Amino acid sequence: MKIIYTDVLVIGGGLAGLRVATGVKARGHDVTVLSLVPPKRSHSAAAQGGMQASLANSAMGAGDNEDIHFADTIKGSDWGADQIVARMFVNTAPKAIRELAAWGVPWSRVQRGDHQAIINTKKVTIHERDDAHGLINARDFGGTKKWRTCFTSDGTGHSMLYAMDNKAHEQKIDVQERMEALALIHDISSKNEHRCYGAVVRNLMTGELLAYVAKATTIATGGYGRIFSVSTNAIICEGIGQAIALETGVATLGNMEAIQFHPTAIVPVGILATEGCRGDGGVLRDVDGYRFMPDYEPEKKDLASRDVVSRRMTEHIRKGKGVASRYGDHLWLDITLLGRDHIEKNLREVNDICHNFLGIDPAKDWIPVRPTQHYSMGGIRTKYTGESSTLKGLYSCGEAACWDLHGFNRLGGNSVSETVVAGMLVAEYIADFCDAVHSTVDINSDVVEHFIKCEQGKLDTLLTYENGEDAYELREAMETIMMEKVGIFRNGKDLEIAVKELQKLLKRSKQISVKRSKSKAANPALENAYRTQKMIKIALTAAYGALLRTESRGAHSREDYPERNDKEWLKRTIMQWSKVEEDLPQVSYEKIDINSMELPPGFRGYGKDMTISHPTSAIRQQAVDQAREKNSIIGDRFSLQEMLMPYKHLLPAKYRTKNERLDEGFSNE
Amino acid sequence: MSNSQIASKAPKQARQLHFHILRFDPHLKGDKPRIETFIIEESPGMTLFIALNDIRRNHDASLKFDFVCRAGICGSCAMVINGKPGLACHTLTATLDTDISLAPLPVFELIGDLSVYTGNWMRGLNERLEAWIHQQEEHDFNRLEEPMEPDLADEIYELDRCIECGCCIAGCGTIQMREEFVGAVGLNKIARYQIDPRDKRSDADYYELIGDEDGVFSCMTLLGCEDVCPKNLPLQSRIAYLRRKMLQIGLTSVQDNCLCVSTPT
Ligand SMILES: Cc1cc2nc3c(=O)[nH]c(=O)nc-3n(C[C@H](O)[C@H](O)[C@H](O)COP(=O)(O)OP(=O)(O)OC[C@H]3O[C@@H](n4cnc5c(N)ncnc54)[C@H](O)[C@@H]3O)c2cc1C
Ligand code: SF4
Ligand code: SF4
Ligand code: FES
Repeated sequence: MKIIYTDVLVIGGGLAGLRVATGVKARGHDVTVLSLVPPKRSHSAAAQGGMQASLANSAMGAGDNEDIHFADTIKGSDWGADQIVARMFVNTAPKAIRELAAWGVPWSRVQRGDHQAIINTKKVTIHERDDAHGLINARDFGGTKKWRTCFTSDGTGHSMLYAMDNKAHEQKIDVQERMEALALIHDISSKNEHRCYGAVVRNLMTGELLAYVAKATTIATGGYGRIFSVSTNAIICEGIGQAIALETGVATLGNMEAIQFHPTAIVPVGILATEGCRGDGGVLRDVDGYRFMPDYEPEKKDLASRDVVSRRMTEHIRKGKGVASRYGDHLWLDITLLGRDHIEKNLREVNDICHNFLGIDPAKDWIPVRPTQHYSMGGIRTKYTGESSTLKGLYSCGEAACWDLHGFNRLGGNSVSETVVAGMLVAEYIADFCDAVHSTVDINSDVVEHFIKCEQGKLDTLLTYENGEDAYELREAMETIMMEKVGIFRNGKDLEIAVKELQKLLKRSKQISVKRSKSKAANPALENAYRTQKMIKIALTAAYGALLRTESRGAHSREDYPERNDKEWLKRTIMQWSKVEEDLPQVSYEKIDINSMELPPGFRGYGKDMTISHPTSAIRQQAVDQAREKNSIIGDRFSLQEMLMPYKHLLPAKYRTKNERLDEGFSNE
Repeated sequence: MSNSQIASKAPKQARQLHFHILRFDPHLKGDKPRIETFIIEESPGMTLFIALNDIRRNHDASLKFDFVCRAGICGSCAMVINGKPGLACHTLTATLDTDISLAPLPVFELIGDLSVYTGNWMRGLNERLEAWIHQQEEHDFNRLEEPMEPDLADEIYELDRCIECGCCIAGCGTIQMREEFVGAVGLNKIARYQIDPRDKRSDADYYELIGDEDGVFSCMTLLGCEDVCPKNLPLQSRIAYLRRKMLQIGLTSVQDNCLCVSTPT
């Protein structure tokens, strides 16, 4: 049996995984990256609209800074995010984007002088100052106070991922593609704690099973959107990373019910039309061609937070204002008002997609859209260091993780930003861990072999089991349940059915037999079979978490519990599957402490305020107001922040420095 | 909505599509290349992505092909469609005849059926051309970024849009004769770094990389590549530009090394 040793194993070659790899390599550790596909084909390449970082270069971004980015992120999360993590994030994002600029991303740049933009369907002239000329530009995105989303046309993820992967080439990072992690290797260490030692991996070309043994293992496998039948996600976003963590019985998953639906995926295929379409001035219209969003959200209109717009669209369709089609009702996204030049320059992918998949010209025709599964806020629960809260040596970052930057709703542009920032930070914590003596791998090779044999056994069973269940059928059933019962609007009755049905599927999935294709090497049917087994577990965690959470927060919207209930639900859902034989995971909750919040829970500013407040919120708000008043006499925004919620000591030393801006000089304290 | 559901909603007069697929699994002992035909019913808006998954789901579960983004973005699904390289995921069956032939891209290592190993080929190319920014000094990321002319940034992005799909390689005559030829994808990469002021390499450095018979000079400029590039990269004009640049360098370096012209008379 083949066992390969390395310092750091990174499972996932998207933005998050590659940035961890370059970071630990720069600190002198060996690293191996595994990926299902060539890294440049990872789902990160599909990110279109942009990356948030408070550079404040463009006129509409003037005055932006970490504080505003922080407040937008926390409000966006409906107070579900970890505020310390959010602070670490907003301070590092400008550094991340500048690093990427040096690594080769051709960010769109500010052009000095006047230019025209469409705001609220009106043409406005915006003036860019001279000293901003050539600095990184930004566009408007939903749920943000400033234009903060930096972009390269609408191929932002592509250009970021290419720069990142090229950097990995330069650093000679070992990347193994068409490799799939099937299980984590873990044991009780000599120090009597649960420790992760690497993974059992299947070569997707030859079918060979091998083990990678490492001091630190990082899961950066992206989201689990494909548990739904229609999703904007790439077809490889199947939640296998979360599943193998769950299957350890030790590592925990956080907030799996927190799933985002993007307002504008094209109908019927579910391919995304970026939020940049509305950010740049596009609007939503109904069957009558009427622009309906201002009626629901007079202030932010079409650019309210994603969860809000998706719900409003669904409500509007339910009122009979949708456009009927053979694929169900949809609405229109109108970007014709932006003009052909703008579309061909800044919305090129959307333009291509409209032509290729719909046969329409978006400069002339409206685009049929509908809210569609888009992003997984939930994932492997980690501490701020990216390390699993319960399994030592296991790390996770990017969309795979619940680091908890996004709480119950992620802002557009904050995800690619998170992947890179988390990659930068987590790489440092991992390198620190690997530098420490106690990180030495103390596992017996018998244990490793046992894990390989166990996985081999499962594969053999799938291939030899006669007359069992058809994996394709089970998978379609799961996708449909998620789609119909765990969607944008949820209710107790449907969720209960969903959980019951998924439990049945789970049971049936233990008797899958791979039909009509028995090869042990590259075998799509075999792959579908074992992935389906894992995906059903992930679907269960999401549906069950949604059933238990009897409130509405961010993207989790319960028709039977429409209030955000801070009194009882200001907490994270934590799941662990320690008893394999059981058909549900064990659930616990992690309280989110109001007393240490820099931004105490408040009204998000959409629709009617339906919050059931926690009594502590008002008390904390008072303390914050007092601090602000006291600080206003002698302090600045940094001293206030420090007073309210100190966090800098937690950042790796090299990332603590302030960020320079045009109007905020550089001081290296 | 699952594929089968889409199919069931198809109108009665839906076309029957005949897929002729080149099958071969090099990992299977005794397997031989052969064409297999599958007949499926067309559904509205059907792409080759939907069709191939339908075949795998309902006819042959062992059929191998690669899709990731299914949106024409990631470059995974290039194959030879009716004799021409292209992205399968953004090809609508409505644009094709009822007889559709599919074959894997040539040149690249075959994994099985329609799946080829473009990843290691592209990685090899990137390493050979050192396709990354060669900086002189580290930029302090706490400070403002280096400004760049907005038009130049757009120009770089224009070339940066290559998705390493391999279509241009499959459509290139030179590569059939010269295995080591860097192809349009390689030349485009050099063109991209050559105009990027952040990359401190000189034209002479680029000459080292592509100034030989496996580089810009063996390109026959027949432009099979530009025809098939799914991202419509301006390969023709970029290759011509590089050729001129490299020719200049070639001539100067010949002069530098040549004794008879080194002493002016
Ligand atoms: C269409 C679309 C547009 C988007 N646009 C934006 C945007 O404009 N701005 C923004 O901020 N966010 C955007 N997002 C979200 C953002 O793109 C993703 O959240 C982010 O790129 C995820 O990056 P990642 O590195 O965590 O994972 P990914 O990029 O998904 O990478 C996962 C990696 O893990 C590997 N992998 C998976 N499972 C295994 C396994 N079992 N074994 C080995 N390897 C494995 C894969 O091969 C891949 O390399 C968009 C998302 C979508 C769907
Ligand atoms: S123009 Fe050059 S690179 Fe393009 S196909 Fe012809 S020989 Fe190949
Ligand atoms: S140049 Fe065009 S055809 Fe060639 S790999 Fe790049 S995108 Fe594909
Ligand atoms: S699957 Fe990504 S380009 Fe076709």
